[in-house]
Amino acid sequence: MRYRSLQKHYHIMLFPGIILLFIFSIVPMFGTLIAFQDFKIGLGIWRSPWVGLENFSYMFELPDSRRIFTNTIFLATAKIVANLTIPLIFAIMLNELRKQKFKRAVQTIVYLPHFLSWVILSSVISDLLLLNGPVNHLFEAFGFEPVMFLASNKWFPYIVVFSDVWKEFGFNAIIYLAALAGVNPSLFEAAGMDGATRLQQIWHVTLPSLRPTIVLLATLAIGNVLNAGFDQILNMYSPLVYESGDVIDTYVYRAGILDGQYGLATAVGLLKSVIAFVLIMTSYQLANRFANYRIF
Amino acid sequence: MKLVRSRTIGSSVSTAALYAAMACIALLSLAPIWYTTAISFSDKAAAAAGSVTFWPQDFNLVSYATILGDPTFLGAFWISVKRVLLGGAINFVITVLMAYPLSKENREFRFRSAYMWLLVFTMLFSGGTIPLYIVVKELGLFNSIWSLVLPSAVPVFNIMLLLNFFRSIPKELNEAAEIDGAGPWYMLLKVYLPLSLPALATVTLFSVVNHWNAFFDGMIYMRSVDNYPLQTYIQQLVVQVNMQDISGDPNKLDLIAKMSNKTLNAAKIVISMLPILAIYPFLQKYFIHGIMLGSVKE
Repeated sequence: MRYRSLQKHYHIMLFPGIILLFIFSIVPMFGTLIAFQDFKIGLGIWRSPWVGLENFSYMFELPDSRRIFTNTIFLATAKIVANLTIPLIFAIMLNELRKQKFKRAVQTIVYLPHFLSWVILSSVISDLLLLNGPVNHLFEAFGFEPVMFLASNKWFPYIVVFSDVWKEFGFNAIIYLAALAGVNPSLFEAAGMDGATRLQQIWHVTLPSLRPTIVLLATLAIGNVLNAGFDQILNMYSPLVYESGDVIDTYVYRAGILDGQYGLATAVGLLKSVIAFVLIMTSYQLANRFANYRIF
Repeated sequence: MKLVRSRTIGSSVSTAALYAAMACIALLSLAPIWYTTAISFSDKAAAAAGSVTFWPQDFNLVSYATILGDPTFLGAFWISVKRVLLGGAINFVITVLMAYPLSKENREFRFRSAYMWLLVFTMLFSGGTIPLYIVVKELGLFNSIWSLVLPSAVPVFNIMLLLNFFRSIPKELNEAAEIDGAGPWYMLLKVYLPLSLPALATVTLFSVVNHWNAFFDGMIYMRSVDNYPLQTYIQQLVVQVNMQDISGDPNKLDLIAKMSNKTLNAAKIVISMLPILAIYPFLQKYFIHGIMLGSVKE
């Protein structure tokens, strides 16, 4: 076979990447064994004492654990729903624009926040939400009491979800827009000739043609039920809003890296990784069944 | 293409409303960023008093002048530039080298499936923050720029994207070059790469943006402020100071925000956005294409 001689070269090409993956992805996977240890950084993984499931049972006894799991699932689910629906509405509205230049200008602007980091955007948002910031000025103008948004457990979840939607809605609309670009224009023409109003056209032509995309995105989103958005929350929360904003990832960071409870933090992280893995596999199975989607 | 649409008076009113709504949405996307920019050009006292609205108050460049004389900030900026160049180059080489063999058919490359499963598995399952932290520590990479570029050296998503693009290159080309005696390296470098410029631009931009925006690795692997990349510097010296160093008293949150130098911080934010804004036109051009490529499966 002529392919035989090529195999060696293919292995060589893959070699550097595989080595790096091995060190920085595979080795840490085995590193999760410290979830079953009372890990001391000085002793290392070989000499730290094994404690079985103690870290896990300790985790479930912690008063915080219930809070971080419910916060995570709540915030993540709210984001999934908002990030599926709002971009959909936006894409449909954008698709109705006929002036191409205007349409392109809107797109260029709304995609921008996606490319900025949460470090920057959290700072931008906190400027807006200060006690004497513009949002509170607006509140006062309408006769409401000013609110310390980022210090309020009542407001914090809304701010997290809303600011995430603000950052990503344009970008998330791209997939819908691509699907809309593939819709046969004669469908609209036919509907228009039959006297369908614009809303009727959206309801009877646009939405049905987006159905496969919506189903696919919704199924794939199942894998994100434990991702509340670490980068965002780490940059927006403070001890004042742990009650409503502390999530698994921020807890792992504080317990592990700041407090040095490596075993406990790894146990929490491992539990998350395993559940996330099961969820993602399930969502791919479903996506494969309902939408013929394959990862590769 | 022009679509035939029924136009009545009602529909032209709704059209006007639609355009107005879209203009508002676009404005809302920019407004927060614009507001911070306005603060950065404002007078310190006006910014602290909260009287800046849309335009800078008492326009001045004091904040920017201060930053340009701040060696820590400039140092952080330089570390970020180095990280983007080094990390971007490593990502590029690894992506190209891995995407090519993986774009072959299973019969052409027998171990393809095994490698693919390994890659996908690392994308789906992670050991988590702590084990990686310990690995980086044990390798002695703390405080070194390598801790920022090596753990993210293999961008699996980008590899998938490029390999899908490679697969769209006609097979006939491949066979023709092979008959001319071209080896796999020649094929990759002289045939595939020149044909893949849009895809290469896409993955490069993705990895540059990722490197520029990353802050968490710098936060945990760098033990001194002098080694922070820019986003970590801002996280620690702007965000952290604003949000984290308060305990108990909600009134302090606002007090600290007022005390800290708002205009200076805003100027730091604006400068750290500049590189992204500078490459944004190119990003715009390629990323939609890139995303579509990534979602096209065979």
